[in-house]
Amino acid sequence: MTAKNQRLTLVLLALAAMVGAGLLALSALRDQASFFYAPSDARRDGLPLGREVRLGGMVQAGSIVRAADGVTIRFVVGDGLATTPVTFRGIAPDLFRERSGVVAEGHFNPDGSFTATNLLAKHDEKYMPPQVAGAMHETKTLTK
Amino acid sequence: MIAEAGLAALWFAAALAALQLVLAAAAVARGQEALVGGVRPVAILQGGFAAAAMAALIAVFLASDMSVRVVVENSAAAKPWIYKFAGAWGNHEGSMLLWVTILGLAGGAVAILERRLDARTLIATLGAQAALALGFYAFLLFSSNPFDRVSPAPPDGLGLNPLLQDPGLAFHPPTLYVGYVGISVAFSFAVGALVTGQVGPAFAKAMRPWVLAAWIFLTIGITAGSYWAYYELGWGGWWFWDPVENASLMPWLAATALLHSVTVLATRDGLRAWTVMLAVVAFSMSMIGTFLVRSGILTSVHAFAVDPRRGAFILALLALYIGGALALFGARIGTVRAGTTFEPVSREGGLVINNLLLSVILGVVLIGTLYPLVAASFGVQLSVGPPFFNKAAGPIALALVVVMAAGPLIRWRRDDAGQLTGRLTWPIAATCFAAAALVAFGPIPVLPTIGLSLAAGLAVASILPVIRRHPLRTPLFTWGMVVAHLGIAVSLAGMASDSAFTKETLLAVTVGQPARVGPFTVRLDGIKPVIGEGWSALEARLSATRDDDLTVLRPQSRFFSTPPTSTSESAIATFWDGQLYTVLGQPDANGRWQLRLWWKPFVTLIWLGGALVALGGALSLIGRWRRERRARMRDYWA
Repeated sequence: MTAKNQRLTLVLLALAAMVGAGLLALSALRDQASFFYAPSDARRDGLPLGREVRLGGMVQAGSIVRAADGVTIRFVVGDGLATTPVTFRGIAPDLFRERSGVVAEGHFNPDGSFTATNLLAKHDEKYMPPQVAGAMHETKTLTK
Repeated sequence: MIAEAGLAALWFAAALAALQLVLAAAAVARGQEALVGGVRPVAILQGGFAAAAMAALIAVFLASDMSVRVVVENSAAAKPWIYKFAGAWGNHEGSMLLWVTILGLAGGAVAILERRLDARTLIATLGAQAALALGFYAFLLFSSNPFDRVSPAPPDGLGLNPLLQDPGLAFHPPTLYVGYVGISVAFSFAVGALVTGQVGPAFAKAMRPWVLAAWIFLTIGITAGSYWAYYELGWGGWWFWDPVENASLMPWLAATALLHSVTVLATRDGLRAWTVMLAVVAFSMSMIGTFLVRSGILTSVHAFAVDPRRGAFILALLALYIGGALALFGARIGTVRAGTTFEPVSREGGLVINNLLLSVILGVVLIGTLYPLVAASFGVQLSVGPPFFNKAAGPIALALVVVMAAGPLIRWRRDDAGQLTGRLTWPIAATCFAAAALVAFGPIPVLPTIGLSLAAGLAVASILPVIRRHPLRTPLFTWGMVVAHLGIAVSLAGMASDSAFTKETLLAVTVGQPARVGPFTVRLDGIKPVIGEGWSALEARLSATRDDDLTVLRPQSRFFSTPPTSTSESAIATFWDGQLYTVLGQPDANGRWQLRLWWKPFVTLIWLGGALVALGGALSLIGRWRRERRARMRDYWA
């Protein structure tokens, strides 16, 4: 094989690998990207069942209920238009409280409730996730 | 006063970088190699002034000078000195100053130490380094001045983010930055060699130690960062595929590929264009990482402040440098003649597959990291998390492990596939044996089974190159490769073991009530308040027993006053066969406390492996250095 041919082969191999990486990544992304939902999105667009999503909004006042086992909590997330009941098993972040922003990671159940595997609470303004900031902003505009 | 001196030093450094760029450009354009004598001191001086500016910022933080804005926003007079010191880079401006200081010092180090490169390529390299530095000096001076004053000065500062108040802050950012920014040297070498057309074994041999050194620091930085996140975040995980982690992983992947391709160039004069391209890609990844982390486009503990102008500034620099380097590559690569050819079954061929697989992983991670940002600009909010990266990058990484086991056993130039299979008998046997044992003694998920089996095979394969060789007569850099590859096997075993065998218990207990996790019985003995510097906490006393061996753990729930936040401090007990990880949650109305307990068998292997990889790199670097010094001595006496 001449030097030129070998270089061409290698370039083609590299291109094939790159295209392969891109296709692999995009196909995996279609299944795995976790989309951000507000309770009203879920009601409007239908429930995204069988996949990991994020649910964001405000923890409704008076909605936090602690289960008897001491590690499961139930609460309601709302965005001013709709509400979603959430069940979470784990240690809630310190800043998780009523009338405060939250992003729950987990999945929707067929009955419209949400099972969270992780909770991200709004820290101070400096560390607020943009999704929460977005949801908060929308909520504010809607409730005005 | 100190702040003004620091600002002056920064301006001097910027001016010297401009001078360095002009001198280098003139020297290369007119072919005046004699100017190298002038460019070297300027580069050294520039590094010195950048370091002086960084020292001034640290001094301002240590003195708690509340008339300086970054100190007010990120420190408080009552903080322990270590957090004042490390707090100097625990904020946007300070961390960018540290970034550019390391860039300046790296250029200075090249000016002092580099003796192999021909004068013209060296000048062009120093010119490229100056061009990089100049852009980032401008970024600091015009949009992120760390020495900005506030008037009137407030009585005290706002304090440091509690998550950053950890001794890790003193080591993790500087180590990672040395690696991150150290790759700039490879970039500048590539640009220098493209300008002069000197891409060959001499160039590769000159570039190799710089890549190796940066890669060692990057490895240590990532390993330490992973352990820091593991014990600080209290989620029991060691890697979260957080965009900021990816920002450090991507340069590492590119640098790892570069490290291997530069060996082909140095030894066999092959892969010329590819190596130059990789050097450009590696530092581009560092800059993309800096953009992701410092532009405020992402939210994480690493993203300090959101200011769109800063993001735009870094994006412009990014486009300028990456675009410029790629344009230069396109324009000049035609002058670089193709190197030596090689057979498909050869060490070179193996290293090409290594490079392809590393590049594919890099591409997958890059797409996964940037996709949410692209989607966000179309108004779609989404996040890409561990399921994507594990699914897309995991299988390729396992394929890479297979190639890695075989690679060092293949001969340079040409080898025979049949003989190679023969050499792989023991590794294949080890893999099959491990797989059979795992399937027989308790079925575990598929991916960890494959991971553990391949780790066993890789461990055996990686020590084969030194077996039956005299240990002292084996070159140190061969030992380096063996130790680094073994480190990957060890780390892989730790990852697989953690994901397959971890036991988790989550429950609420009253004082005195026992809980079981894995082989341990954990009892809550009591809760008491404790006071530290700048925080107060509720501390649990847990006694964990396994076979009558008692270990006491004290996880805390901490409350910080400046700024008012709380964190949970996990307590971890390390045993020879794993770690017991405990987190204290909240109390409930019935006097119960939430406890989250993990038993993680052999999880420590993950970081031990990382340390071995870095050690292997260090051995390799020392080995190359010693061989070269000996060669120089021989030339001198001859």
